[in-house]
Amino acid sequence: MNERKSSFRPLRYLGVYGALCKNSVTREMIFKANFVLWIIVELLWFALQLCFIGVLYLHTNHIGTWTKWQVVLLVGGSQFIQQLFQAFFLTNCTNLSELVRNGKLDFLLLLPVNTRFVVSFRQLDLGAFVSAASALAVMVYATHQLHLLPSAMQVFGFLVLCFAGIAIHYSLMFLLAAISFWTVRAQGIVWGYYNLFNIARLPDDAFRGLFKLVFTFAIPMLLVSNVPVRVLADKLGSPKPVLLLFGMAIVCFTISEWGWRASLRHYTSASS
Amino acid sequence: MKKYWHVVNVGIQNNLAYRFNFLARTVFGLVPLIAILYVWRTIYQGNGRGSSIGSYSLAQMISYYLIITLVDALTAVTQDDWEIATDIKDGNISQFLLKPIDYLAYRLCLFFSARLAYLAVAAAPLALFMLTLHKYFVAPRSWLAFGCFLFSIGLTALLQFFISYTMAMLAFWVLEVSTFIFILFAFEYLASGHLFPLDILPHRLQQVLAYTPFPYQLYFPASVYMGKSAGPELIRGLLIQAGWVLAAYGLARLVWRRGIRHYSAVGV
Repeated sequence: MNERKSSFRPLRYLGVYGALCKNSVTREMIFKANFVLWIIVELLWFALQLCFIGVLYLHTNHIGTWTKWQVVLLVGGSQFIQQLFQAFFLTNCTNLSELVRNGKLDFLLLLPVNTRFVVSFRQLDLGAFVSAASALAVMVYATHQLHLLPSAMQVFGFLVLCFAGIAIHYSLMFLLAAISFWTVRAQGIVWGYYNLFNIARLPDDAFRGLFKLVFTFAIPMLLVSNVPVRVLADKLGSPKPVLLLFGMAIVCFTISEWGWRASLRHYTSASS
Repeated sequence: MKKYWHVVNVGIQNNLAYRFNFLARTVFGLVPLIAILYVWRTIYQGNGRGSSIGSYSLAQMISYYLIITLVDALTAVTQDDWEIATDIKDGNISQFLLKPIDYLAYRLCLFFSARLAYLAVAAAPLALFMLTLHKYFVAPRSWLAFGCFLFSIGLTALLQFFISYTMAMLAFWVLEVSTFIFILFAFEYLASGHLFPLDILPHRLQQVLAYTPFPYQLYFPASVYMGKSAGPELIRGLLIQAGWVLAAYGLARLVWRRGIRHYSAVGV
């Protein structure tokens, strides 16, 4: 009996996840007007990013090797990745410090599933899927403007790389959230990470020197969306960036798992 | 008057308790700024040596972003709107209805103390950042321009505060004000010159923007510093800015009076 409990059973986890999703839908539908308003907010900020690109390209034809519609594709791709990250993980990461503060983590630690799994997947942000869809629409329009017809292989590659990008966002954010075990008030740090998203949607060609090094090899923001979009837009010179993105995703995830375990060892319940 | 002085005092101390948050905010906030500067530098290099965009050389463009960063640090409302909305929602304002303290003046004191505390923490990283870029930093056109710049920053701070205060008053009528605040913030972000100087926009768009308060929330003081607004245009600009401050103040008072009539002190 004990042996069966400890073995990894994907079907059971799928069932747990289904229940969590259902719970999220119910929760969102309680405040319908608010749900719609948040979607409007996200769309507005996305439009704002596109406006910025529009203004930049009033005054130039290219940033490095990137043309206007390629950058639109990049902003769209970056939004797509960011919104999917938001849909699955963002609320859960920001809630972690709250779980520590009010002691609810004790309860989650007792559940007979992997704690990181429940903590990471507890809530689903449904509105973010709508934003992700709008990002996809912008990307389709941009590929049309570029007269691009990506092959099935390119689209597949793009999606797999998006997955790696989301994994990076998630790992770094989760690692930062785990710091809340020590400081409890980690909102400043979480807010800070939000600032870094801004870099992910800028063309990598613009950067040089230390800045490029840091945001490629330490906090790989310049890989997260640039590499997938380069695959889609036929802008990949060599397979190196792809390998780098996968490598960094694995490194980030490993470090975040290590940080999470270290934090848990440090955890003393708030209520006891 | 003395009671408000106490509010400022307590406000500064409360805010300094979050100095780590402030520091994180400043340092992280510099990262996207550096990124935008990189993008502009690449654009200027692509356009050829010594090229200019609108009326901006590369040095002037970088100066523009440095100045708005400074103005923003001095005038931006960081959490006052959330706090006011929470005060209304939780019924905390009831005590102000009973005490001889004006809520707006009270919040204004807290706003200024938060700005002072923020500046105390952010000054070092900001100064360091500006020093590393000093060769791009353009001096103000004249002492007069610099004086007007400081005066204009004061008006900007008031305008920012009164607009946020009015928005927070929405909490009298709706439960969740954050979405509305974010929607307004998006417009402010774009139309106040946060992302780019407004005078590189097409002329028609600039004319439309001139009829809104947004340029006076950030762009205008920077344009004064850089001597883009001078002579009669400067005087006119300052008068319009003062006009917006008065209008926003009037609106804030009006909405408060309306809100109080609607208010039922739930849960007190």
